[in-house]
Amino acid sequence: MKTLSFLLEKEFRQIFRNPSILRIIFVMPMIQLIVLPLAADYEVKNVNLTVLDHDHSTYSARLVQKVVGSGFFKLQHIATSYAEAMTSMEDNSADIILEIPAHFERNLIKEDEAKVLLAVNAVNGMKANLGGSYLNSIVRDFNQDIRLDWLVMPRQNPMPLLEILPSYWYNPHMNYKLFMVPGILVILVTMVGSFLSALNIVKEKEVGTIEQINVTPIKKYHFILGKLIPFWVLGLLVTAIGLLISRVVFGIVPVGSLVLIFFFAAIYLLAVLGIGLLVSNFSDTQQQAMFISFFLIMVFVLMGGLYTSIDGMPAWAKLITKFNPVAYFIEVMRLVVIKGAGLKEILPHLRAICLFAVVFNGLAIWTYKKRQ
Amino acid sequence: MESIVASHLYKSFDKGRIPALLDVSLSVEQGELFGLIGPDGAGKTTLFRILATLLLADQGEAKVDGLDVKQAYKAIRHRVGYMPGRFSLYQDLSVEENLDFFAKVFGTTIQENYYLVKDIYQQLEPFKTRKAGKLSGGMKQKLALCCALIHKPSVLFLDEPTTGVDPVSRKEFWEMLQKLKQEGISILVSTPYMDEASLCDRVALMQKGKILDIDTPSHIIDKFPKKLWAVSATNMYQLLMDLRAFSATAACYSFGESHHLTLKNDASDAASLQQYLTEKKHKDLKINTIKPTIEDCFMAML
Repeated sequence: MKTLSFLLEKEFRQIFRNPSILRIIFVMPMIQLIVLPLAADYEVKNVNLTVLDHDHSTYSARLVQKVVGSGFFKLQHIATSYAEAMTSMEDNSADIILEIPAHFERNLIKEDEAKVLLAVNAVNGMKANLGGSYLNSIVRDFNQDIRLDWLVMPRQNPMPLLEILPSYWYNPHMNYKLFMVPGILVILVTMVGSFLSALNIVKEKEVGTIEQINVTPIKKYHFILGKLIPFWVLGLLVTAIGLLISRVVFGIVPVGSLVLIFFFAAIYLLAVLGIGLLVSNFSDTQQQAMFISFFLIMVFVLMGGLYTSIDGMPAWAKLITKFNPVAYFIEVMRLVVIKGAGLKEILPHLRAICLFAVVFNGLAIWTYKKRQ
Repeated sequence: MESIVASHLYKSFDKGRIPALLDVSLSVEQGELFGLIGPDGAGKTTLFRILATLLLADQGEAKVDGLDVKQAYKAIRHRVGYMPGRFSLYQDLSVEENLDFFAKVFGTTIQENYYLVKDIYQQLEPFKTRKAGKLSGGMKQKLALCCALIHKPSVLFLDEPTTGVDPVSRKEFWEMLQKLKQEGISILVSTPYMDEASLCDRVALMQKGKILDIDTPSHIIDKFPKKLWAVSATNMYQLLMDLRAFSATAACYSFGESHHLTLKNDASDAASLQQYLTEKKHKDLKINTIKPTIEDCFMAML
């Protein structure tokens, strides 16, 4: 017990003496939490539009006006031929071409049916997808308007109409920050827990201080605990700072209990620290540790449901996410912060994380050797 | 009583491809200052790491302070002080913090064993708040010695403690070792500097994982089989070439200001040497017999 307190004293002294660690712990979360959610915006605005109007009628003008007036599109070109429209897409100045065929108005009135063409630049997948569907719904809306016009002087029986009005639960305004910010916070906590602890231990190997420690009577678990506890504390500190920033900057107040978040974070950090320890056991230099951690973080982030929904993944990828502790914490964070879930709802996650903690730390202690 | 005993130690790395120790045996008496002399790659550090319980030997046994390094490594770690060849204290902690940390880890305090490190630590005291990483080379080694001593070990392992240290600090360092010997501490010290060998009670000459000889420095010198000649002239390079071309030369190598030379037949060749070199028209020619140093003995064994 006494030995542990000396080790902790030494460890904290070193941490608070290292300006780069302090910067990573305090400045990085602030910057990432403030900048990333603002940048990682799922709403697509400023989709560049080229209009190719062969009809030049009142209706076609009305459609264009409606599209531009929606605020999502920026009218960049008015082309006179399809080839001209395509050049604008090729030189990347247009994302979508809206082509209104000749006799658009006539067909619409006489035959009750008209066609428009949407050509979407799919190089930027996200923009293409969303821009395309926005434009689609605007055209549908336009369709509706015209029908309403016609209703005033009804001709034949108008088609029955089904309108869908979604109501978004837990996040009524579909505020993407509400699910991005807690997710990014999880990544930050993970990085402090695994990255920093791994680098710290490997540094002792690289500098050679571990040699000196190994010939002392310090026990294996003393050394490991001496390394884990400081980063466990720092991880919780980052969680607290992160929650504070999301409250002050984004006005996100967790619906669920803060205690529950910290309780889960505390156990989650144990699992992540286990990963850090494991990484450090298999690397001899900080560079190696960096690369392994970097690889792991990439997998964790991409397979963690932060940017892409896990439900939308193929079955094999879903299976991988089952072994990703980050995925559990992101889900728990969102459940508690947005939905206000209680202990009962996150119990399966808690069980999984406990298992991770036991397995990773067990492996780490088993593979840590004081002598070769 | 024997403090360190190593018997028939074998160790190789890379699955046996790189042999590091080949049948190494030695014993160090209590209170003895024992030197391991050998060039880089002789296996000195490997031997240290095995004795300091950091490495397991492939074969053979070793005992430190009467305890087996394999079984009783926990007990050994309480009793030995190890100073690795590379400076391995915490560079971001101050002099005082480092010493305090290592004292506490061994369950003692600086005050308790202060008398042991006093002479060394007094030199460090003006810099005690300085970070260990910011000390000069000699200061670093002195601090490392303090940290290895602060728990009053009965055996001290010093792996090349004076490598990269200035001559004055080297001298001071060896004076300290002499004092520690008086305290009854057994010291195993390695060095690539042959001049330091004569300061040890006994030395082991190591080369390529093998021990060539173990004896007191004076005995090793006495064992030198031939007469040793120091030869010098104005053109030293030409002289070396000529000496090596001389038919009666057994070995010749440059050694500071002169070339050290052994002849195949001491008595008969000495006269012809003088004649041979005069014929080669060397200026300022000096030929003297000298007392061999450990380095000469080492060179003779290779």
